[in-house]
Amino acid sequence: MPHRKFLSAFAILCASIATAHSGNWTKLSEDGVHDPRGPAIELLQYPGDALSNLPSDTAGNEVDWIRALRAGVIQPRPSIDPDREDRRLDKDIYLDLYGSMPSVRFPHLAHTEWLDCSNCHDHLFLPKRGANNISMFLILQGQQCGVCHGAVAFPLTECSRCHSVPNHEAQRIVAAIEAAEKEKQAGASDGAVKRRDAGTAGPRKDSPNAGKQQ
Amino acid sequence: MIRRLHALLGAPLLVGVLAIGHSLESRAEYADVVLNRNSEKEGMRPVVFPHWFHRIRFRCKVCHAELGFKMRAGSNLVTMGDIIDGRFCGACHNGEIAWAPENCDLCHSGKPGLPPGIFGGHETNGPGIW
Repeated sequence: MPHRKFLSAFAILCASIATAHSGNWTKLSEDGVHDPRGPAIELLQYPGDALSNLPSDTAGNEVDWIRALRAGVIQPRPSIDPDREDRRLDKDIYLDLYGSMPSVRFPHLAHTEWLDCSNCHDHLFLPKRGANNISMFLILQGQQCGVCHGAVAFPLTECSRCHSVPNHEAQRIVAAIEAAEKEKQAGASDGAVKRRDAGTAGPRKDSPNAGKQQ
Repeated sequence: MIRRLHALLGAPLLVGVLAIGHSLESRAEYADVVLNRNSEKEGMRPVVFPHWFHRIRFRCKVCHAELGFKMRAGSNLVTMGDIIDGRFCGACHNGEIAWAPENCDLCHSGKPGLPPGIFGGHETNGPGIW
C-alpha cells in the first residue's frame, strides 16, 4: 500500500526530528555526583540548557565540540594572559598503516585549536613518526590518546573517527611525505656542499649562492 | 513446569537487580570531575567540576597549559589558599571573570562520600585508571 509506506516514512521523519536535539542529559539533582539537598542545586546550570543549543553528536557530551568551535557557536578564550601565544599546527599524522583496522589520521589542527603543544609533547608523544609505541591497550588504560579520549574528548567507542583512512591510501600519503622529506634533505645537503665548496674556493660573484653567504 | 516457574520468578528478579544497579550508577555528565582530596576532611562537600560548562568558555589550553592543571583526575592538589591567591581556579574565580571564592556552595556542591575522579556515563567505565 503506497499510503502505508508514506505514513511509516512520515513517522520515521517525525521520530528523527524529535530525537535530533533531545539529548540524554541528566538533571543535576539526579546525576549521582551533585548533592540534591545542597543549596546550589537550583542555581547551577542544567547541562541540557546549554548543550542542546550546540551542534549535536551521539557520544560524550552529545556535542560536536569541533563543529561548535569552527562554526563560531561557542567562542572559548584561548588564554587568560592576552599576550600569550595561541599556537596552531596544521599537519596531519598518519598512524597504524598496516593494522587490521583502517589507518589513523591524527589532525594536529583540531587538537591545537583546543590544546597547547606542551599538553602532549614530549611527555606523552615524542614528535617523531614511529617513535611512539601507540597501543589500544594503553589507550584503554587511560594512557597516550586515552588521557583525553574516553575521559573528556570523544570516547573510545567511536573507533572510526580515528581509524578513518584505508590502509593503502594512508601508505600512499606517507610514502609521498617521506619522499618529499628525502628530497628536501638531499636539497639541503646539496646546498651545504655547495656552500662549503664556495667557502673553500672563496666567494664568487657569479655563484647563485654568493649573496646568501653574507 | 519447574523451569517455566524459574523463568517467571527469575525475570522480575533480574529486572529488579538491574534497576538497583542502574540507580546506584552515576549518571553524571560526561567528564564531570569530583575533587575531594581535602574538601570533606575540611568539613565541606566535595567539589564538582563540570568540563562541559568550562569548555564552552575556555579552550583546554587555558587551564591545562597556562594555569598548570595536570591532565589526570586526582593529580592536582588544589587548596583554597591557592585559589584565594589567584592560582588554579582562582585565576578566573576572583569575582571578575567568574564568581568569587566566597560562594563556597556553588563549587562545593557534590554528594558527600564521593571519591575524587572523573565521572560521566557508560563510556568512561570499563578498564581504566581515570
